[in-house]
Order: sequence, then C-alpha cells, then structure tokens
Amino acid sequence: MSRIALIARLTFHEARRRKIMWAAVILGLAFLAIYALGLYFLRGEIVTGMEQYPQGTLTALNMLVMMALYAVNFLIIVMTVLTSVDTIAGEVASGAIHAIATKPIRRAEILLGKWLGFAVMLVLYATLMIGGVVLITRLLTGYTPPNVLRGSLLMVLEGFIVLHLSLLGGTFLSTLANGVFVLGLFGVAFIGGWMEEFGSLMHNETVVNIGILSSLVMPSEAMWRWAAYLMQPPLLRTFNVSPFGSNAQPSLAMVAYTFAYLVAALAIAIRNFSRKDL
Amino acid sequence: MSASPAIETSGLRKEYGAKVAVADLSLTVQRGEIFGFLGPNGAGKTTAVKMLLGLIAPTAGAGRILGRPLSDIEVRRKIGFLPEHFRFYDWLTARELLRYHGKLLGMTDAACAKQIPELLEMVGLLRHADQRLKTFSKGMLQRVGLAQALLNDPELVFLDEPTSGLDPIGRRMVRDVIRRLREKGCTVFLNSHLLGEVEITCDRVAFIREGVVVRTASLHQLVAGETTVHIRAAGVTAETLEGLKQWGREVRADGTYIHMVVDEEESLPAIADWIVARGARLYALTSERVSLEDLFMEIVGDAGEVK
Repeated sequence: MSRIALIARLTFHEARRRKIMWAAVILGLAFLAIYALGLYFLRGEIVTGMEQYPQGTLTALNMLVMMALYAVNFLIIVMTVLTSVDTIAGEVASGAIHAIATKPIRRAEILLGKWLGFAVMLVLYATLMIGGVVLITRLLTGYTPPNVLRGSLLMVLEGFIVLHLSLLGGTFLSTLANGVFVLGLFGVAFIGGWMEEFGSLMHNETVVNIGILSSLVMPSEAMWRWAAYLMQPPLLRTFNVSPFGSNAQPSLAMVAYTFAYLVAALAIAIRNFSRKDL
Repeated sequence: MSASPAIETSGLRKEYGAKVAVADLSLTVQRGEIFGFLGPNGAGKTTAVKMLLGLIAPTAGAGRILGRPLSDIEVRRKIGFLPEHFRFYDWLTARELLRYHGKLLGMTDAACAKQIPELLEMVGLLRHADQRLKTFSKGMLQRVGLAQALLNDPELVFLDEPTSGLDPIGRRMVRDVIRRLREKGCTVFLNSHLLGEVEITCDRVAFIREGVVVRTASLHQLVAGETTVHIRAAGVTAETLEGLKQWGREVRADGTYIHMVVDEEESLPAIADWIVARGARLYALTSERVSLEDLFMEIVGDAGEVK
C-alpha cells in the first residue's frame, strides 16, 4: 500500500474510531428525515398549488429546497473544519507526529495522505446530504432544481476550499487558532458575498468590488452563490436577495481561480509542513 | 557501506531567532556503540537528536547517519526512534499502533505478524495488546513506544530519555533491551540525564553544555580510570615517595597523608606492597573513584543552574 493511502486510512480509522463518522451520518440522516417528513405533509398543498398557481408554487418549492441545501452547505463547511482543524496542529502539539515523521515517509506524503482521507470523507458526506435532499424532493414532489449536478459540485468545491485552508492553517497555527482562522475567513467571505449582492442590486460598483476582493481572499461564499444561482428557476435569479439564492452571474474565470487557489493553498501547506521544525 | 560511522556530524547548529539551542554538535558514533549523550536540562539534547533524525532542520553544519545525509528518507528504514514522552493516537490499540508503524516502515504483513507479538512480549505488554492507548499509563506508553522503535530490527536506535515515566522494573527492562541490542551489533544513541543508567549501559559518552559538545570519552577511560588514592603511613622516606610515581601522578605528602592519582585501580595492591616493603608502616589506603556524577558536575556543573 502506498504511504499516502496508509495515512489516509489512518485518518479514516480515526473518524470511525472516535465516532465522528457515526455522529455525522446519524445526525445527517435525522436532518434528512425531518426534511422528508415536512415535505411529505406538505405534499397535498404542493399538488393543489401546482394546479392553481404553478409559478408561485414552483418558486416556493425551490425556496424550500434551496433552504435545505443552504443548511447542508453550512454543515459541510463546519464538519470539514471540525474534522480537519486538529490534524496537523494537534499532532505537533502532542508529539504524536514525531513517531511518524521519522519513518521513511516524506512530509508531503503525510500531508497528502491526510488530505486524501478528509477529501473522501467530505465527498461522502456531501453526497449523502445533497443527494438526500435532492432525492427526497424528487421522490415526494417530482421536482428537481435546475443544474443540480453543477450546483452540487460547486458546493463540494466550497468544502475543499475550507479543507485546504484548514490543512494550511494547521501547519503554522495551533488547533484553536486554526479554527478561528478558517471560520473567520469564512465570515469574511460571507459578508463580502452579501456586499457584492447588494452592490450589484443597487448598481454600486465600489461595493461590488469590495465583494469581489473578499471573494478573491476566500472564494467559499462565491461558490455557494453560484451554486444557488444555478439551482434556482431563471425567474428568481433577477430579484432573489436572500442567503438561499443569488443574482450573481457564475463565471468560469472564478471557478478557474478557485482551482488555482486550492492548488496554491495545498502547495503552501506542503512547503510549510516540509520545512517545519517538529 | 558498513565502514561508515553510525553517526557523524560536524558543526551542527540550530538557532531559533536569537536563541541558540545547539551551538556546535560535532561527534562521531561508531557502529555497534552504545553512546550516551549527557547534559543538564535545556542543554540541547533533544534538539540535537531531532536534528539527527531530520525533524528539525539545522541552521548550519552537516551530518551523516549510517553513511547517508540527515535529510535522507530511505535510511530511516534502518533507524528506530523512541521520542521523549512517547505519545500517539490514543484511540488505537497497542497492536494497531505497531501495525501502522510497521506499514510505515514498509514491512510486510507476515513480518508484522511475527514481530509485533514478540515485541509486545519483550516490553511486557502482550496482555494489553488490544487495549486502547487512552487506558495506558505513562509507563505503558513508553513501553509501546520502545516496541515501536524496534519494529524494523534497526541498525541504529535513538532513545530519548527512555526510562522517563518507568518504574524500576521498567527501567530494568530498558537496560535489558539495550543489552540485547548491543549483542545484535545495533548502535544505540541514548539521551539521558540519569547518570546511573548511562554508567551501566554505555560504552562512550558525550557531554553537552549550552549546546556544545564539551567532551567525548569512553566510559572506561572516564570512570574505571582515574582514581584518587589517599595513604596514611609512617616512616615514608623521600625515595619511597618518589617511587610511588611509577603508578601514578600528582604525588604529594601533607604531613599525615600522601595523596596521588592513579590511572587504574589495579595499581592499588602494588602501591601497598611497595610502601610496606620499603619499611614504612601502612595505616590506611583509601581510594576514591571518580564517579560519572562527579565528572558530570565537573564538566557541566555550573551550567546546571537554570538561567
């Protein structure tokens, strides 16, 4: 087995042994159950609504799905931070890293192994939660939001931004400081995204630029906004200013920027960790 | 390949900003040696070991380990390391911990299956093999750490304060392990401030003080060698006194006593014979071996104070 895969397996083993994985799965299923239950009992209203005011009902239904996905989006971020925030910093602080880093393994392999473990967990969790919401909606109402696959991928991409930053922070910050660092950046992106939204609504370019700048520093919120933009009906796009939607135009350039951002964050994390005195 | 020393460093130095943790680490450890690395707390012992193991990048200087540069990854297959206060993921069992480390070392499943129970037995943890580390005492963690350091049948083992947290039985076990390693021809680099332990196990020692290796010597030379002798005798002539110089040096008489320093204890009976044969009356002949502790105090003594 490759050394990267071995470290990834250890990371997985930890999540399982410390019951992190079960807690996430069980509470995730509880989330989906509540959503399904609510939708199940609303089914009658939705069916009659679709006949009488199709446009309005569709809008309401989309809002409901987007609200659930918004919550899922937030859960993905928090879960990713919580599981990965301690991984490097904690092992450096406890000294557990000494026994690993003196084995025939490169520091880069240790970091990439951890990355792989968390990446698989992130994708599995996102698949469960996003897939669950979309599937339940489809089964109970027959409705599927537009561009659901592209939107989901953007949400997963947002999770990766947080994961990469958390791994990067772990190479030079303590566990707690790292958590504050990543969630703090998330906050910056969040308020920046809102400013951009309002700025564009009111045609104020300065405010839009402030938002863009914050998205360049931390592109997480931008990913959600584009996911939300893609997954709402075209009619809503022009006026929906709420956390659950967006009037922001998705741009491929920003997605490309995000990929570069991800690669750079991981590369800096590897460089930092490789040079770190343990 | 095996002709190269186990460890060879010159001028290794580590600075943290303005603070110099290790100023000049220059030493050679031959293969098969049990090498003691002594110094007071804060002298830079752990930093030195970490530089040798590639955990810390030196600010200056160079070194080779088993003939390879310090940064070499592959040479670590032949190296074992027990960190000071061994800690690992407490959600693993002892057996799982060893299996993961075996895999990291590139060992096969078969090799793991053979080695792990043997090592667990050697460190006295076989009964606790499937218990999680979170239930382990400090001493038990140290024991599993020792097992981990020996998994790959290493050619060179670094033990950083191996007996910390261990009870007398555990300390005895560590000594037995070191003895077994010596028999196998394994080189051991023992970092310790417990002088008794070093005195029993080591072939050669280095003293480090304020980040500098101030003296390296074989333990035999250091401890078994120099002995101060005090003689109380009457009727000792000048010639007799002069004759004592054949066994030692710094011979001086101060009225009742004659003092001298001999190089080996074996000279004592001959000295007694000489004095008696020359017609003097010998009342007492006492010897004072220089203990490692005396030497330690002499060499690093005034640095022992925490600054």
